[in-house]
Formats: sequence, C-alpha cells, structure tokens
Amino acid sequence: MAIFEVDKLSLHYLTRFGQKIHAVTDVSFTMEQGEILGIAGESGCGKSTLVNGLMGLFIPPLYPTSGDVRVGGESLMNRSPEDVRANILSRKVSMIPQGAFNALNPTRKVKDIAADVMAAHIKGVDKKQIYERLKERFDLFGMDTNKVLNSHPIQLTAGERQRSVIGISTLLNPQMVIADEPTSALDVTTQKVVIKMIFDLLEKGIFSTMIFITHELPLLRHVANNIAIMYAGEIVEKGTAEQVVFDPRHPYTKALMGAMLSAEPGQKQRKPTAIEGAPPNLANPITGCRFAERCPQAKPECKQNKQEIRIVGDRQVRCDYAE
Amino acid sequence: MQNDILFEAQNSVCTFGHGKKLVKAVDDVSFNIKDGEIVSLVGGSGCGKSVLAKMMLGLHHPTSGTFTYKGAPITDYNVHWREVQAVFQDPFSCFNQFFTIRSQLKAAFGIYKEKPSNSEMEERVDQALLAVNVKPSELEGKYPFELSGGQMQRMLLARIFVLKPKVLIADEPTSMVDACVRANILDYLMKLKQELSMTIVFITHDIGLAYYVSDRLFIMHKGKIVEQGAPDDVTLRPKSEHTIQLLEDIPEIHKEWIKR
Repeated sequence: MAIFEVDKLSLHYLTRFGQKIHAVTDVSFTMEQGEILGIAGESGCGKSTLVNGLMGLFIPPLYPTSGDVRVGGESLMNRSPEDVRANILSRKVSMIPQGAFNALNPTRKVKDIAADVMAAHIKGVDKKQIYERLKERFDLFGMDTNKVLNSHPIQLTAGERQRSVIGISTLLNPQMVIADEPTSALDVTTQKVVIKMIFDLLEKGIFSTMIFITHELPLLRHVANNIAIMYAGEIVEKGTAEQVVFDPRHPYTKALMGAMLSAEPGQKQRKPTAIEGAPPNLANPITGCRFAERCPQAKPECKQNKQEIRIVGDRQVRCDYAE
Repeated sequence: MQNDILFEAQNSVCTFGHGKKLVKAVDDVSFNIKDGEIVSLVGGSGCGKSVLAKMMLGLHHPTSGTFTYKGAPITDYNVHWREVQAVFQDPFSCFNQFFTIRSQLKAAFGIYKEKPSNSEMEERVDQALLAVNVKPSELEGKYPFELSGGQMQRMLLARIFVLKPKVLIADEPTSMVDACVRANILDYLMKLKQELSMTIVFITHDIGLAYYVSDRLFIMHKGKIVEQGAPDDVTLRPKSEHTIQLLEDIPEIHKEWIKR
C-alpha cells in the first residue's frame, strides 16, 4: 500500500495585489514504504513550495488550489496551521530544512531545542527522561554527543549543526521525511558525512520513506531510488534514478544533464552548457508546454498544446515528442 | 605583460585570537598569482580560503610574512578596490534591501575619485546588464527581494562588468545556485577573462568546478597550501591525501560513491 499519496496537487501564492502565482501545478505521485524519491529542478521551479504543500502547512500567502495529500490514507488538507503543527509535523511528516543555522535558535542549547520538540508532542514526560532519550538518539549519529547537546548552535561546525537538525527532525520517528536541500550549504566532504548519517538512520529504521530535494543530479543518483524532475511547477519526468540520469527523455532533463560538470580526467573539453532563457512567469496563464520557449526541439504547436504526462520507456514524461 | 606577478605571498601567516585560543587561519603560505590567469583555491570549509581571499582584498593583513600586490603591501583599500573586486557567496547580503538594484549598480562608481557623468554611468550599467543577459527594462524599479537567487548572483557579476577591475576574487559564487545557473555564471566568468583579460581568483570547495575553470589549482587544508599545480596534474596525479579526499567526496555520476 502506498504510504504517501499526492493527487493532482496545485498550489498558488496570493500577492498583495490580488494576483495568483501558480507555483505548483498538477503534481501527482505515490510513494511506497522504503522508497526514496528525489526531486530535482532549478531554483524557482516550485520545489520548496511543494514541500510546504506536502506537509499540509499553508501559511499565507500560500494557498492550496486543488488536489489532495494523504499520509497512510489520512488527508493533510484543510487543516489549520496549529492543527498541522500539533498532529502532523514531526510525527507523520517531518522536514529537514535547508539552512541549519536558520533552523536553530541561536540563544538556546541544542538539547533544549530538541527537548521542546519532545515535550510538545509527548505528554507527561519529565525533563530528565527527555534528556536521556535525546542522548540515546544522538549517540547514533557518530558525533560527540555530550558536546553537541550542551552547545549553542554557534559553537558547532556546519556539519554538526546539520546533523543535529536532522536528529531533531527525526526524533519522533516520522513516517515520512522531506529533506529540502539538506546538503546544499555544505562542502563536499561534510556533504558525504551528512548523507552517510541519513543512510545510517534509514538502516536503523528510524525512518524509511524520504523525499530528497536537491538540484545536484549526480548526488541524487547516489541517494534516490526514483527521481522526479520539476520545471515551472510541473513534474516533467519521473522514473528510476538510473533511467533519469543516464537515459533522460524529456528535453529539459537532457538540458539539465548538459549543465552538469565533472572532474573526470580528460573531461575538460566537455563544457557545461547553460539553458538559455528563463522559466515562464507563473502569474500568467500558460496554455502550451512550459518549456517550449527554451526547448531546442520545440515545434510550433508546442506553444499551444498542453502537454500531459504519458508513459515513455517505463517512465512518465510530460512531452508529446519524447521517445 | 602576461607574466607580471600581481599577488605575491611569502611565508604569510594570518592568525586570530591569542593565547590558548589562537587560530592560524592562514599558516605559512607562499605563492604568486600572475596577471591574466585563473587560479582556484580549493578546500573544505574552515580551511582558510576565505581568509586568504580577504587578505587579497586588503581586509585582513598578514600577522607575519609578506603579502604584496604589485610589489607593495596593501595599505589603502579604497585605492586597492579600484583594481581588485570581489563576488561573494550570498548575493542577498551584498545588496541593500532598501534601494533599487539599478541605483546600487550606479553607486558602485563611488569607488572612483571622480565619477563619470550621469549619462555615461547609465550607459555603462545598461551595457553591464546586457553582458549578463538581463534586459535593463526588466530591472526598472526592482528591489533585491524581487529577484531570484540566480538573478541576484548575476547582478553581482553585473557590478563587476560595470567596474571592470583588474582582478576578480570570486568567493564561492556558485555554491548557492543550481546547476543550470552555475553553468551560466561560469560562462560569464569565462567571458570576463576573455573580453577583459581579467585575473580571477576562484574559491570553491568543489574540485570538479575548479578543474573546469582554472589554469592553476591550490589545494588548501587547515591554513596550508598542501598542493598546487596545473589542474590535470592535480586531479590525475594527486600527491596529497587531502586532494585525494576531496576528489573522492564528489558525488560523481559514474563511480561508486557511497554504500547503502
């Protein structure tokens, strides 16, 4: 049974001039227990907006347009932010935020921040018990537990901070973890340490299902089972990691792979090519294919015909001409 | 003119704090950077590459040893900055939120003793914007928070096109942007080098990126330069263990990176 279902989810922002910006349009996917779904795409394509939607956390100016998100069969839509915070976050769906430094209160010690999370969700435990459980949990992370728990965020290195944030996010064994670019602010060495820790947690069964959001496709190939590529609020391609990375079908995925670069010997001549132009303005209604303006293979009718998801070579592609 | 030495460091040390808390951010570093080349400083976070960049900008001075620009130590950074400019990691903290971007690009001329005439300034800003593929009309009356991260990073580069300095210090200009914008920014850096024959000091933690852009690589670890040389030498025949570590840690598509 699918643990996480997203059904035609559309989200929009309402600006103060009454204008609607359709940041996420018609996103559907299901996830099985134990699946790691990678979502990639350039900045501004709606990845982070989608995360808020997937948690059911709608803080103005973000509003749901239509669609449904279900965790274990239970809908997350139409709830107040208070209800979401009390009943859904940390337990059902938990998010690992992007910047660890902004996620931690600089005036409090890590153990107090973590204790708050537990105290808010588990009734009737005293502080001593909480600290003991925290210590047990943080021992799994391969850090100096006492030092980390008793430090203020500023005293920790970036890697320790990010690992603490992951630890706090997964304290209550959530069914679903959404990692929103957890490593994009780290250097390559620390990034590897953090990814290792996430794999450790998966192995130990702290959580099993994860959505991993990043713009580094090479990283996703190592982390995710399945990859979905987003462009201008839509999923344009979804398949297994191998399919998407090594055999992309949608023109945008192909262009995205062309923009990657590598340090492989003798590859200096292989220049990364940027995709010309900019994504469409999502405030205006878009009739045809959203990538048509920048697509090298665009045909005249692409600008009129709305592209629908179809199955090409075992994966979903939103392009009429992909083969 | 190709082989003029711009920056020269001899046994430069830069320390912070004292007594027990003494930190050697840059530890006994010797190198030189020649006119017109692209040099990359590569290392993990906290290895001292940003401190070295700030020394090049005259914001830090060596505690001991010498650090010179064109043979003289950097004393007055107001003068120094007419020739050496920087691009930083986070473009949003580089622009004032309360002024339009255009006015701030114009304000960049403030580093000169005598500003050009208003019409010339406007024209140079327009040209700089076109150089980074932004239509000047699109930017009319826009404030920094109205643009995306990639666009802001391009505005920082536009500032460089406005000023046309001799040396550009790029301190992780691509670490906050996605792969597509990164390719874009690398293109503009190449354009700066080709069109204005600018010397670029490129700072990054991604050895793959450094390999692609640079003529020479410096690998740093804990304040020391542990290896330097041509990109092919360093990546194909790494001598230092830190270089090997950096090479291993890149999530390369075609190799086994991490076990699950």
